Amino acid sequence: MTPRRIVIVGASLAGLRTADSLRANGFTGELVLIGDEPHEPYDRPPLSKAVLAGRTGTDRLFLPSAQDLNARRLLGVAATGLDLAAGEVRLADDRRIGFDRLVIATGSRSRPWPVPGEAALRGVHLLRGREDADRIRADLTAGPRRVLVIGGGFTGSEVASSCHDLDIPVTVALRGAAPMASALGEAVGTAIGARQRAHGIDLRVRTTVTALHGDAEGRLRRVWLSDGDELEVDVAVVALGSVANTEWLAGCGLAADPRGVECDAAGRAMGLDCAVVPDVYVAGDVARWRHPHFDAEPQALQHWGNAVDQAEVAAHNLTHRHQRPATALPAFWSDQFGLNVKSVGLPHLADQVVLTQGSFERGPFVAAYGRGGITVGAVAVNSPRVLDGYAALITERAPFPPAINATDSPADATVLSAGSNSAESSGPALTTVHGGQS
Amino acid sequence: MRVVVDLNRCQSYGQCVFAAPEVFRFQGAESLEYDHVPDAGSDQAVERAALACPAQAILLGRSAEAGVVSQAVAAEMR
Repeated sequence: MTPRRIVIVGASLAGLRTADSLRANGFTGELVLIGDEPHEPYDRPPLSKAVLAGRTGTDRLFLPSAQDLNARRLLGVAATGLDLAAGEVRLADDRRIGFDRLVIATGSRSRPWPVPGEAALRGVHLLRGREDADRIRADLTAGPRRVLVIGGGFTGSEVASSCHDLDIPVTVALRGAAPMASALGEAVGTAIGARQRAHGIDLRVRTTVTALHGDAEGRLRRVWLSDGDELEVDVAVVALGSVANTEWLAGCGLAADPRGVECDAAGRAMGLDCAVVPDVYVAGDVARWRHPHFDAEPQALQHWGNAVDQAEVAAHNLTHRHQRPATALPAFWSDQFGLNVKSVGLPHLADQVVLTQGSFERGPFVAAYGRGGITVGAVAVNSPRVLDGYAALITERAPFPPAINATDSPADATVLSAGSNSAESSGPALTTVHGGQS
Repeated sequence: MRVVVDLNRCQSYGQCVFAAPEVFRFQGAESLEYDHVPDAGSDQAVERAALACPAQAILLGRSAEAGVVSQAVAAEMR
């Protein structure tokens, strides 16, 4: 029953936390941690914030482990194949590592700029690992005339904020109607976008980048936008989302594609026949699963907290007969422009959103998200101490709009269309619910 | 000593900033930033910070290789 050797492929947060939790669960067998990056596991969230702004360095982000891991570490070598029948992982240096149990935690990578010649220009960057952050930081300290951020998600917004910290002019071009709208919906995204603009960010919604042009030395100098504008820009950061690292699993029989590896809520990998594959678990960005609390399609929840939660569930299930599902409510945070943005639940599933505390225009605020009359998420801006109460409402599937009745709740709650998936819509539809908190 | 803060759990009470101001700081009104690899001289202050956190959001360890710095602190993390 007890496995002798557990192999973890992926040595970032999810892989490290799985190893840590396995030891905490009393696993005394052999542990092998395989990672394609040459570094010890490090924390990624500071890369777009404190690192780019120069408040910390990429050599100071190593992650702790609470347990003595006593693990064999194969770092700087990528896994290139998986043979389930033989129980072996194949590595780029042709080694084969046998396993009794396997954990897939290979994460995701940034979606590249689609035009290879433009992507190769010096000054055009992706942001995923510490080398990316070091290269961007070097370009930012060289005094660029302007930085273009392509994409208005969390990474793009945080990069823009770091440029603002450094007094570098920034343009953000995004396809949707508001920054972070795919995660937070249009109403909250618009409110945060207005505050980005108040800091002097040149925020261009419903705008795409049509061309990146370099000089004779192959250095980015000029960009063209779909609104007809042409800007002199020395640095561009491409922040267009991510792709799961699943190529190494091609043909192995697991249900894996660029969206991730399908698994159940207990973290068990699923095969092409949708049946659980014994002895193989998935954790972190690469896991595509159906959270048991939400009526939603399987999806990858690419957040720090999800990596930790799934790692702990996988470690428990690798060491116990009883298989426990992951039930923790999803949560994430972003820090940008002096705003602390925290989310609990799954706001992106919502069809409606309502301001429950504070004001969209100024100061802290909280918004609750509903789907089909049930509260499914909440987002707090500069209001981190109220979210536990909202998490409880989401856990108990409270009716939407929820009764909040806080001292800073608006008198009339205006329920807005969430607009998460409506980048093409002309604007949020309004329904005013008088006394909507009760 | 190595430090990581679960910033989902963190509620910006700022007790860590009082206990170890050379390691933890606010960037903006509610955004915590910190040194993941503080100097050895800060170890005691960092352990006090971890114990003082009302949200128990601070995880301490040595390296990914080495063992626990303090069993008492690690026990608090569970």
